[in-house]
Amino acid sequence: MDLVAENLTYKPQDEFHLDDVSFTMKRGQLYTILGRTLAGKTTLLKAIAGLLTVDGGSIKVGGQDFGNIPVWERNIAMVYQQFINYPHLTVFNNVAFPLRQRKLDEATISQRVMSSLQTVGLEGFEARKIQALSGGQQQRVALARSLAKEANILLLDEPLVNLDYKLREQLREEFRNIFSTRVSSDSILIYSSTDPVEAMQLGGEIILMDEGRILQQGPAKDVFENPANIRVAEIANDPAMNLLPGQISDGRIVVNKDISMPIPAHFKSLTAGDYTFGIRAADVSLASKGLPFLVELAEISGSETYLHVKNGDQTIVGLLDMVRDFTANEKVKLALDSSKMYAFGADGALVSSPFGKVK
Amino acid sequence: MARIDLDNIAHSYDPNVADPVYALRKFSLTWDDGGRYAILGPSGCGKTTMLNIMSGIVTPSEGRIRFDGEDVTQSKTANRNIAQVFQFPVIYNTMSVGDNLSFPLVCRNVDSAVIKRKVQEVAETLSLEHLLDRPANSLTADQKQLISLGRGLVRDDVAAVLMDEPLTVIDPDLKFRLRRKLKEINELYKSTLIYVTHDQNEAMTFAHNIIVMDEGSLVQVGTPQELFERPQTTFVGYFIGAPAMNMYDGTISGKNEVSVDGHKFKTKTDLSKIKTDNVKLGIRAEFITLSAKKSTGAIEANVTRMEDFGNYRLVTAQVSSMVIKAKMKREATIPTDKVWLTFPAERCCVYADEVLV
Repeated sequence: MDLVAENLTYKPQDEFHLDDVSFTMKRGQLYTILGRTLAGKTTLLKAIAGLLTVDGGSIKVGGQDFGNIPVWERNIAMVYQQFINYPHLTVFNNVAFPLRQRKLDEATISQRVMSSLQTVGLEGFEARKIQALSGGQQQRVALARSLAKEANILLLDEPLVNLDYKLREQLREEFRNIFSTRVSSDSILIYSSTDPVEAMQLGGEIILMDEGRILQQGPAKDVFENPANIRVAEIANDPAMNLLPGQISDGRIVVNKDISMPIPAHFKSLTAGDYTFGIRAADVSLASKGLPFLVELAEISGSETYLHVKNGDQTIVGLLDMVRDFTANEKVKLALDSSKMYAFGADGALVSSPFGKVK
Repeated sequence: MARIDLDNIAHSYDPNVADPVYALRKFSLTWDDGGRYAILGPSGCGKTTMLNIMSGIVTPSEGRIRFDGEDVTQSKTANRNIAQVFQFPVIYNTMSVGDNLSFPLVCRNVDSAVIKRKVQEVAETLSLEHLLDRPANSLTADQKQLISLGRGLVRDDVAAVLMDEPLTVIDPDLKFRLRRKLKEINELYKSTLIYVTHDQNEAMTFAHNIIVMDEGSLVQVGTPQELFERPQTTFVGYFIGAPAMNMYDGTISGKNEVSVDGHKFKTKTDLSKIKTDNVKLGIRAEFITLSAKKSTGAIEANVTRMEDFGNYRLVTAQVSSMVIKAKMKREATIPTDKVWLTFPAERCCVYADEVLV
């Protein structure tokens, strides 16, 4: 039962929310729709769920046109950003709700509810009221309800975005286990996220969206290692990939009077001229013989330090391991590992990758 | 600006019952003049109570609070010279940006030439100078929040600026700009800034010193680096850093040695005086080294999971009941079955009754 979307278009006012979107999703697979806010992720999920009618294009599941099937007959479950539950019902009845709607027998309902609650770690919470639960627990209830439906298509729309950082870390890890045990070979799981780390951790395929279009689709590792263009490189990395407009001349990369270095081996085939060079924050490090920069701000994220620096107009972020202290306008020297550098052409397309594959 | 001493402060919202519940358990703390502090903890830990005691909204049931040595425990909020910035911008909607900024000075009958100079100076620092004549309600949320902050900065007599989750309404992209601004302001004006948040990353990015709170107690006061490298309690080890600190139940098996599931780990801590049976060994995923070859002192474990986070890889390995997380460079070669892990002695933290020895 593959899901095939062809030329989906949705333009409620002047702006495209979906702009000629086509893709194929295979059953038994996990897909992460990765994109910034307003990229069209939620619109796409809603179109699949039948919660909005597209202006053009089609969605077919197992060859059958979804457009003619009402929402309630689509056998789809969806988990939203906000923790949507029935506030007056117990945990058990929240999970049982869609099953009762379908008039399943109580024995089946009970069995499915209990097993879903066990999967999400809420065994023993059956009789609790929703309001007595924390945000993380409420989102687990919503997930349990969607699992209990045993739907063919499970949609999760940024389910962790409203949780605090520690809980997000914990649930992200649990999700991976839940998905591998609970998603059958007949179903398709679609997860939307703004967070490239989440997409990488979940594995599966990434469909990278921006401004209503799909910019790249492929296994998470491929998208990460060989971003098709500058925009993908930005979106598929956190912090966004550093971009340095410059030239290749006389066998050197030249960005400005201070930032210059010999070209790495994988740039040998590039002709002299203008390029945008890309380097991940993780491939920037402190080095006594490095290039000179001034510190703007050191941000701490988890156990890492994002060091924001500049040299003239060029700003760069270095991702340093451990928690470190810097003061604003402090002088630092950074090494940019050219063996990990990307080159993008004038049209923004990838022309050289340290991982080799260029389309 | 002033030095603020909190001297043996404790607070219960219902202190007269037989066994009162303390929202804040007894502590003493000094906020140095010009410092940049964060109060960090999960909701319900007592952060807001602490803030309200400083601003005078709450009078503590025990202890004294002094500004530059002067006891202000019973002083009203209005007499304390504290500026506050709240989660949501509080501005005078009907006034211009300039009038919003000058308001605290006008109220104090400050000379108009001084007002003009001060407003101009603060507006420039906050990049609001081109907006001074605009109605305040026409601005974006982050600009409005800058006005709230600016009103605290125009006064020279403010003891401290207290900020309660001030970046909640701010767009992620703009948070970066505001964080940078706050640090600059602190360095420029030498103003004491106290920042309350439940977000570890925000606290660590902003502050020189972080006060970590849990269940009404101050569990650690330290620099971001100290919190990361030497968490004072097992809670701090869990709460700070991603992933959380690896933490194992153990027993003391030598003067400097902890045994976990029969595996012996050397530490740099003198453990001879520990009386309790509740002993834990903690080590950060960043400090564990991993090898494909056997070496002395390394423990053998099976790799159970390898996660590619893009910027690094997280290896999960298991030996008996010990689940060990180790962070590795993405390009590092990592065996997929057996590995030998080393816990450097100087990186091992030992906890007795959940507190660092």
